[in-house]
Amino acid sequence: MLAGMTTNVVFGLLRLAILSAALTAANGEIADYDIAATNTYVWIGQGLLGFVLLWGNNELAERVRSGDVVVDLYRPWHLQGALLAQDIGRGGYAFLTRLAPPAVFGMLLFPFQFPENPVRWPLFLLSATIALVISFGVRFLVEISAFWLLDNRGLYGFWNVSSGLLCGLTVPISFFPEWARDALWMSPFPALLQAPIDVFLGHGNVGKLLLYQVFWAAVILAIGHFALQRAVRKVVVQGG
Amino acid sequence: MIEVRELRREFKVATSKGLRRNYKTVTAVDDVTFAVAAGEAVGYVGPNGAGKSTTIKMLTGILVPTSGHLRVSGVDPSKQRRDLAKRIGVVFGQRSQLWWDLPLGDSFDLLKSIYRVSAQDYKARLDECVELLGLQELLITPVRQLSLGQRMRGEITAALLHAPELLVLDEPTIGLDLESKERLREFLADINTRRGTTLLLTTHDLDDIERLCPRLMVIDHGRVLADGPLDELRAEVTPERELVIDLREPGPAPDVPGVTAVRSEANGLRHHLTFRRAETSAAQLITQVVRQVEVHDLAVVEPEIDDVVRKLYQRQVQQDAHR
Repeated sequence: MLAGMTTNVVFGLLRLAILSAALTAANGEIADYDIAATNTYVWIGQGLLGFVLLWGNNELAERVRSGDVVVDLYRPWHLQGALLAQDIGRGGYAFLTRLAPPAVFGMLLFPFQFPENPVRWPLFLLSATIALVISFGVRFLVEISAFWLLDNRGLYGFWNVSSGLLCGLTVPISFFPEWARDALWMSPFPALLQAPIDVFLGHGNVGKLLLYQVFWAAVILAIGHFALQRAVRKVVVQGG
Repeated sequence: MIEVRELRREFKVATSKGLRRNYKTVTAVDDVTFAVAAGEAVGYVGPNGAGKSTTIKMLTGILVPTSGHLRVSGVDPSKQRRDLAKRIGVVFGQRSQLWWDLPLGDSFDLLKSIYRVSAQDYKARLDECVELLGLQELLITPVRQLSLGQRMRGEITAALLHAPELLVLDEPTIGLDLESKERLREFLADINTRRGTTLLLTTHDLDDIERLCPRLMVIDHGRVLADGPLDELRAEVTPERELVIDLREPGPAPDVPGVTAVRSEANGLRHHLTFRRAETSAAQLITQVVRQVEVHDLAVVEPEIDDVVRKLYQRQVQQDAHR
């Protein structure tokens, strides 16, 4: 846990150094990011990373591969729902150990842009929680692809590599050229990270951002639900 | 409790050669029909790849049958899987339903919530299992630190917390030592007679059947070859038994009426006498033998379950050839 926190903070410092350099070269402001907003973006982003758990552990896919998933399937529960509940529980713990520490670190040591309106605090939490649900939904889809692919490590790796750039972890989405920005906001990716950060910073319309997130949460969970149903119907369970 | 009619399951198996990929259809379960009444204890045996696990997976709703009629506890398994899961318990000898990193007791607590068992029922059922299976000291031990025997006792408790009407066990005694096997069998027999829980178990261990299951079903190549009491099947399929005698001094085999074949070993120190169970009793034979030669030790050997199965299969092949 301590090791994770340290890594997280060190990466935060690196990202901050690079973004600050870019900012200085651009006379202190890029798009709607000045120094304080950039700091806030980096530290809230570092915290969200562990909270929404952008990159999971692929455990379910391994269970599909080994056939142990039968044990999960014969329980009197909705597997996706049960795992979502588990992930929200994990989020509660990650809030204390992964989200709060880098955020507090950033608030205390760097110029920080606090929300102008205090109601943004709970709205940020709401937005972060929806982001967690979407992140779970996408990870679930990546994992149950193992029902068809058997070995989903390629897809899993692809997701791990591409999600950071597409959801606004590498640089804010607003740094992208206009066409890419528009395209990304049509996709679920910014809902995973950029949306809660924007809610916190007051970039864009909060209501619209939350609606956008809720829409994608519903769509992705629905796809997961039907994909699992199909998987169970069509696919062979591995092993004796 | 279980109603199966002309149940069939086919799989497509890829047979790749070079870049071409062909599929061939393999029938894992081939028009199987049987019924199990409430309170019965049935052994479901057959060699590896016979279709046992496929049947079990269909009975528990994990696998959808290709065709056929299937009702377990009045429910269509694959359509009402969650409904069924509340009424049946499943133990897979080679898989775990416990949480690897949690203490055994915490795993049970989680299952209590998953199956929505009332606190009162939960306590009563858990206490009973803990006492009968000697789990008291293991409740605070993480599952990953349990031995296989201890873990299996935990698995069975886990499957019984919601008081299922039917308990399905897929090779529950695999890999266990004799003492652990015996303890498990005793417990299962008790559950079956006292609580009336229906048992269906697959196994490779004849002793499991002998101790637990008055009724035996033999399956091979996806077809039920035989269904009935173990003793009857054995008598019917392998009418011969063997008396093994060790002599004090090497010598020729005693010549006794009723013996149909003799095989000698160790320079005449050990003889295997084959006799038909319907015509000669072991007692008669032994009396005759000890009159003729000085016996050091003797044993009556029943045919192994594998022999029974093999014979049944041969019989099936012959019947098919006659058609």
